[in-house]
Amino acid sequence: MTTRRLFLKGSGLAMFGVGAAPMWLARAADAPSARKKVLVAVFQRGAVDGLNVVVPFGEKSYYALRPTIAIPAPKAGTESAVVNTAIDLDGFFGLHPALAPLKPIYDANKLAIVHAVGSPDPTRSHFDAQDYMESGTPGRKATSDGWLNRALPPSADVRKSPVRAVSLGPSLSRAVRGRNEAVAINNLNQFKVADADGAATFESMYASTLDKMLSGTGRETFDAVKLMQSIQAQPYTPAGGAKYPGGRLGQSLMQIARLIKADVGLEVAFTDVGGWDTHVNEVGQTPGVGQLANLLGNFGQALAAFYQDVGDRMEDVAVVTMSEFGRTAKENGNRGTDHGHANVMFVFGGAIRGGKVYGEWPGLAPEQLYENRDLALTTDFRDVLGELVAKHLGNRQLTDVFPEYRQPAFRGLIGA
Amino acid sequence: MHALNRLTFGPRPGDVEAVRKIGVKKWIDLQLHPERIAENPELAQRLAPLESLRLSQADTERTYPNPQMIRAIAAGRQTMPEDPVTRAAVERMVQRFKIKKDRADDQPLEPAVTLDQLLTREQIRTLRTGTVEQKRAVIAAIPESRMDDVAIALPPGLRLQLLPAVEPALRRKLMLLTAPQQLVAFDLSEGKLYRAILSNRQLEEQMVDFWYNHFNVFLDKGADRYLVPTYEREAIRPHVLGKFRDLLEATAKSPAMLFFLDNWESVGPAPAQRRGNARRPVRGLNENYARELMELHTLGVDGGYTQNDVTDVARCFTGWTIRPPRQGGDFFYNNRVHDKGEKTVLGVKIPAGGGQDDAEKVLDILARHPSTARFISKKLAQRFVADDPPQKLIDKMARTFRDKNGDIREVMKTMLESDEFFAQAAYRAKVKTPFEMIVSAVRATGAQVDFAFPLARQIADLGEPLYRKLEPTGYSDANSEWVNSAALLARMNFALSLAQNKVPGSKLDVSHFSGDPAQVAHQVLFTDAQPETLAAIERQTKQTHGSRDAPLVGLLLGSPDFQRR
Repeated sequence: MTTRRLFLKGSGLAMFGVGAAPMWLARAADAPSARKKVLVAVFQRGAVDGLNVVVPFGEKSYYALRPTIAIPAPKAGTESAVVNTAIDLDGFFGLHPALAPLKPIYDANKLAIVHAVGSPDPTRSHFDAQDYMESGTPGRKATSDGWLNRALPPSADVRKSPVRAVSLGPSLSRAVRGRNEAVAINNLNQFKVADADGAATFESMYASTLDKMLSGTGRETFDAVKLMQSIQAQPYTPAGGAKYPGGRLGQSLMQIARLIKADVGLEVAFTDVGGWDTHVNEVGQTPGVGQLANLLGNFGQALAAFYQDVGDRMEDVAVVTMSEFGRTAKENGNRGTDHGHANVMFVFGGAIRGGKVYGEWPGLAPEQLYENRDLALTTDFRDVLGELVAKHLGNRQLTDVFPEYRQPAFRGLIGA
Repeated sequence: MHALNRLTFGPRPGDVEAVRKIGVKKWIDLQLHPERIAENPELAQRLAPLESLRLSQADTERTYPNPQMIRAIAAGRQTMPEDPVTRAAVERMVQRFKIKKDRADDQPLEPAVTLDQLLTREQIRTLRTGTVEQKRAVIAAIPESRMDDVAIALPPGLRLQLLPAVEPALRRKLMLLTAPQQLVAFDLSEGKLYRAILSNRQLEEQMVDFWYNHFNVFLDKGADRYLVPTYEREAIRPHVLGKFRDLLEATAKSPAMLFFLDNWESVGPAPAQRRGNARRPVRGLNENYARELMELHTLGVDGGYTQNDVTDVARCFTGWTIRPPRQGGDFFYNNRVHDKGEKTVLGVKIPAGGGQDDAEKVLDILARHPSTARFISKKLAQRFVADDPPQKLIDKMARTFRDKNGDIREVMKTMLESDEFFAQAAYRAKVKTPFEMIVSAVRATGAQVDFAFPLARQIADLGEPLYRKLEPTGYSDANSEWVNSAALLARMNFALSLAQNKVPGSKLDVSHFSGDPAQVAHQVLFTDAQPETLAAIERQTKQTHGSRDAPLVGLLLGSPDFQRR
């Protein structure tokens, strides 16, 4: 810790040509190094089919509704059964076989699952539903900031880290936009201006411009650039033999793990992964192949690698996954599913009371379906996120984070 | 200046004077009638080698086979392409790759002879790390008879790195021999860039960009890799200033859209299904296109439709499908799978017993709907005026839209003649999209572009991969979409690397920009720089005692001033 801070001080100050900024550097270099609680949100864009992710194999209607794309109930025995049947969780629900990497986390009681959860807004538009879930205000389009930005605990400390809120990827996701500083990072190692002279000039230009939008983002950017220098100086090897799969999600999670372990003040992180809009050929010839199996294979491996890589630090970390809405309970005519309603969420971390599927199961019988077609909603997604914000991040001002949602009903995912 | 910034991809040297000379009004009117503008001869020259942009869908697929096809040909499951050049390329690929039968079809092919068997270690190192001249020398030294093997053995990363260093003909050959299908994507991006950089019909190119994004199709969804060039050329481009109803129908019937939004396999509950192969899964209604048609293409999400409308529109569109690839893959209406029941769309009854015209009626209803007039007008104003355009302007445009029967040119005219367009509030209100930023930098500096694909990669780094927006929404036109730290850094880095001639395939003559900062700023920005920008440059020059690593022109391209239009 000492070494890193000294390094940060030295390199950062050396980099400054212009008078503008060492104020911030002083704050980061001298900041108390208390380990921060971190909340990581993973968005599955396109509406993942929750009913095939955490399979209600104990529900008869499930098989009636999905004659060709249902995941068969768990069977003990041969390997072919394992890749083509659900992995039993509690005798009623089972994981999609491609999610096998998550089973050990569930068994260690660190992974909780919430079913029949989602946004109460009835829209089936990807765009609107994602927007509502990222703003945290279903049905309200005027909200300009995101829930994850508002989730940052209020802090009077002037020495705030410039990377308290990070979104991975080339653009700043809706969920982390807002009045607290937030940065988009595509690639940690390339997060800099290639030329030092140019960097100094740009920093000074953006600091002094009267263009408010650009000067704000410019300042956040250069603050973060300085912090990243200390991380970039050291090569990174994932710990615990963690192997991140190829693809953007694995890369993003690895960079989040790197930021967490570098103790640079990260508190909330957001990343996303697309491709879940499985209208067609969701399931191949067997459940072990096909679009959903491929996507979930990558998804499960990436989350499991993150868990392993972060290791002991998972004590301070909670990860939550979400998707804009679920998919129709009944399969459509193309071995796929259309836009639906309630869905499933994963929550894992050191403090999570896992090993359990939470939420009331509404059933899939015709009269139990939402609008005669979709899984009904029994848990509001803000019940899950609210509990994480309040009990994990320690931000009890939930009415600020989720305005218009007065009383989140916590599910008990975290001990009191 | 304002009009130039909004209607073009940024001014070129001399543009401001030219517009002043003929008058803004007349210039706008000309841009609204692109057919009256003589085209830049250099554009045709640049587009000439991009063959896939001119081929039909079926020919594109035959000429630029993907790895699956090559496997299929090798295994005797598919016939050779007819075109002799492609045929030779495919034959060589079939011979020179190890076709492993046990590998999945989507896995990359492996070369039979590896690079270290063909070149010395020294040569390989030079190809990786040498200067352009050194790389060219290594390539020139390779005997003709071994060139194909070398091309095939090059690892994809190295191949990509070599492309800007070689002549266009060899560049194409390198791709045809190894990844012919990727050439289609290359041609598309290059074509789009050359047109934006060079075309004199700038508004037309802006409109193509706008409408493609409005009717977005994601290039990398399966067959769309081959369908998109035709889609842009035949469904979008001819109608960008025409009638909205025609544009809507062209997209609705385009194989690219039918495939992208799954309508091609949406069928009604027709008895015809029970015939045929019993093992084939029963197909049914797919409402993906119907929903996006109303939400994104016409009415807008608050345009006043319900889930029942979505379902019934989907039923009207059953049977709108695509012919099998071997029969050309064109649009075709399959009456057998059409849902012939009665439907109600936005309160209008569509009687039972209809056919292809059920969906035509839907398009009529949607194109004439007041929500559509408002939605399209607002979106155009957001693109060309401001993120939050004045309601008065939207109303005016929507009125024109309805009065002139969805005539896009007239709607544009209303907008471009309005006070709101020229209002102070609109001036520099828009942040350039990554595509606009990069193209405007090339135009402002007169950089010579011999290979545009590396620019497309830069645009992706800035956050806007061309033809690769996965969601049917297309990219947002809002400033907030593009202003964030990762993208800002990417803009600064691009600005510097273009000025330092580090962007492969593009050459900028730095000696043109050697005056004092205020003068160079005027050259790049076509107006005075903000005093703060110049002061920052001055401070840094003092700091470094006059020596400057970063070229002035790069600093100005990366400045806050250059990010707006």
